[in-house]
Amino acid sequence: MSTAGHGAAVRIESCGKTFADGTRALDPATLDIARGETLVLLGPSGCGKTTMLRIIAGLELPDTGGKVLFDGKDMTLVPIERRNVGMVFQSYALFPNMTVADNIAYGLKIRGVARDERAARVAELVTLTNITGLENRRIDQLSGGQRQRVALARAVAIRPGILLLDEPLTALDAALRDRLRGELNRLLRALGITTIYVTHDQAEAMELGDRIVVMRKGAIAQIGTPREVYFAPKDRFVAEFIGAANIIEAPIENGAMILPGGRLPIDGGATIANATVMIRPETIRVADAGAGQLSGTVDSVSFIGDRQRIVVSGASGKPLNVDASNTIQAKVGDRVGLSIAADAVRLLPSEP
Amino acid sequence: MSQKSFVWFCLLPLAVVTTAFFLLPMARLVVAGAEGPHGLAGYLAILTEGRYRATLINTVLLAAATTVVTLIVATIAGMFLQRHRFPGRAVLIAMLTFPLAFPGVVVGFMIILLAGRQGLIGDLSNRIFGEKFVFAYSIYGLFLGYLYFSIPRVILTIMAAVQKLDIGLEEAARSLGASPWAVQRDVVLPALAPAFVASGAIAFATAMGAFGTAFTLATNIDVLPMLIYTEFTLAANFATSAALSVGLGLITWLILALARTFSGSAVAAAG
Ligand SMILES: Nc1ncnc2c1ncn2[C@@H]1O[C@H](COP(=O)(O)OP(=O)(O)OP(=O)(O)O)[C@@H](O)[C@H]1O
Ligand SMILES: [Mg+2]
Repeated sequence: MSTAGHGAAVRIESCGKTFADGTRALDPATLDIARGETLVLLGPSGCGKTTMLRIIAGLELPDTGGKVLFDGKDMTLVPIERRNVGMVFQSYALFPNMTVADNIAYGLKIRGVARDERAARVAELVTLTNITGLENRRIDQLSGGQRQRVALARAVAIRPGILLLDEPLTALDAALRDRLRGELNRLLRALGITTIYVTHDQAEAMELGDRIVVMRKGAIAQIGTPREVYFAPKDRFVAEFIGAANIIEAPIENGAMILPGGRLPIDGGATIANATVMIRPETIRVADAGAGQLSGTVDSVSFIGDRQRIVVSGASGKPLNVDASNTIQAKVGDRVGLSIAADAVRLLPSEP
Repeated sequence: MSQKSFVWFCLLPLAVVTTAFFLLPMARLVVAGAEGPHGLAGYLAILTEGRYRATLINTVLLAAATTVVTLIVATIAGMFLQRHRFPGRAVLIAMLTFPLAFPGVVVGFMIILLAGRQGLIGDLSNRIFGEKFVFAYSIYGLFLGYLYFSIPRVILTIMAAVQKLDIGLEEAARSLGASPWAVQRDVVLPALAPAFVASGAIAFATAMGAFGTAFTLATNIDVLPMLIYTEFTLAANFATSAALSVGLGLITWLILALARTFSGSAVAAAG
């Protein structure tokens, strides 16, 4: 694929953003994105993801002192039209007065690429994004998923150094979102462009990101690979935002947590009067009553298909969520034992 | 009463009003136009008789020029006013739209105050160049008056359309490398096309038929409404004035229809 290897390395240096009305959307943040890497900005609504993306794109100016560098070159004052970035907007922002082909070719036309070459490139891109046959349609004759593909094709047509996507799948229904996520993943790997992907969907972040930046209230909460942020969240916010988590507060004595349902040994814990730990629901195994480190009573069982979510009370201060295999027979009111490996219990810094 | 007859029953008032106030006088006007000494040929006179034809061309050119200049001025102003917040913005918008209520006579009066024999421009030019510029009573004065008349109407329509523009489209175009000019050409203007057609049509039709301003200013301008007036009151030439009226209506309608078809594809695409 001729598009491969066009990535630029991105560095943003103490970029904060305060809007004219005084809203502090982003605390000064520094971030390095390697050439060809896919970085996901993940966080709840209003945490400043779009703002950071727009600063990188050149649609917003960072507060004074902030700098945006592409391949080491200072781009802070370069307007977006000269940054060579491809953008996919949440609303797709396709030109309604142009056909699909004209939309895709627009950036090339602006660059003065000859007609034949444009047509060849459009043909290449419609194949790549699976929209062959729609070239002459108007935008209002497309489905949501097709629009999404056109938007992507248009953004990569200019062979951008950086591809910026702002919640590109949010407007689609769940099934289509899953399918396109996989497609997008393959495409991004094939293109090898440096990609910055904004989403508030953690499944999307996990699948697409080489690294994930978890954001909270305008600040970076944690940066790491999907595995790192999932298994080793830095704090309670990250733990609860990514995946399901049981957060337990209890004292630790001599390397074991003292809980109503028993003593739970944890890795490397000495004695802490007031500890906060996280346990992922799928790391807890349901055993017979009396077995395992903890014991409790089944509160509810929800069969989800590929697994079942069992809520057990009495084991810790508040009910524990357990993801168990779908073959286990458990009824409400059963006494059960819970076994939890010591390394599955993650000690979190206690919050002030 | 069945559903169908109920609908017909409701349509009755509309039918009565249309017939009484629209169809009947219109038909009478059309008939009157053919009742002159030359019969139906009276209509042809609009085009064949030199004075009428010149007036007709004058009027169309004046209305077209007014429409084009109004659209240009109102688009730039409307875009700026809608997109920028600055102190005094509300006052400026109020001032720009204030003349909406003025009848043509008042607009004509204001043009005289500006460019008439005792006007501001005359005074100023007299001081600077030692010569009085007076153009209120010429076609330029009329043109200025029509602009004054149309701009508030068009600005409001354009501002509403600009407000509905999707900023994302402009940002997308820029991300693809489009310069500010290219963004206007490829994204903004096509999206505003429906507003141009709608407000341009009103500006054009108003300029074609405006009478008050012309009447206040006209010493030596011939525009169709003035011509109709003179034929009607001074010459008591009912047939000719009726023919001219029908002609004025038809030509305006025709040009607007053409403009709509011409821009139709663009409008549909901008949907
Ligand atoms: N132009 C603006 N003027 C003032 N405040 C703004 C502006 N744009 C965004 N904000 C504020 O900045 C904060 C961050 O906004 P941002 O759009 O970056 O959030 P986000 O993480 O993208 O949220 P979402 O997931 O809902 O899109 C929000 O509190 C928002 O209200
Ligand atoms: Mg956002």
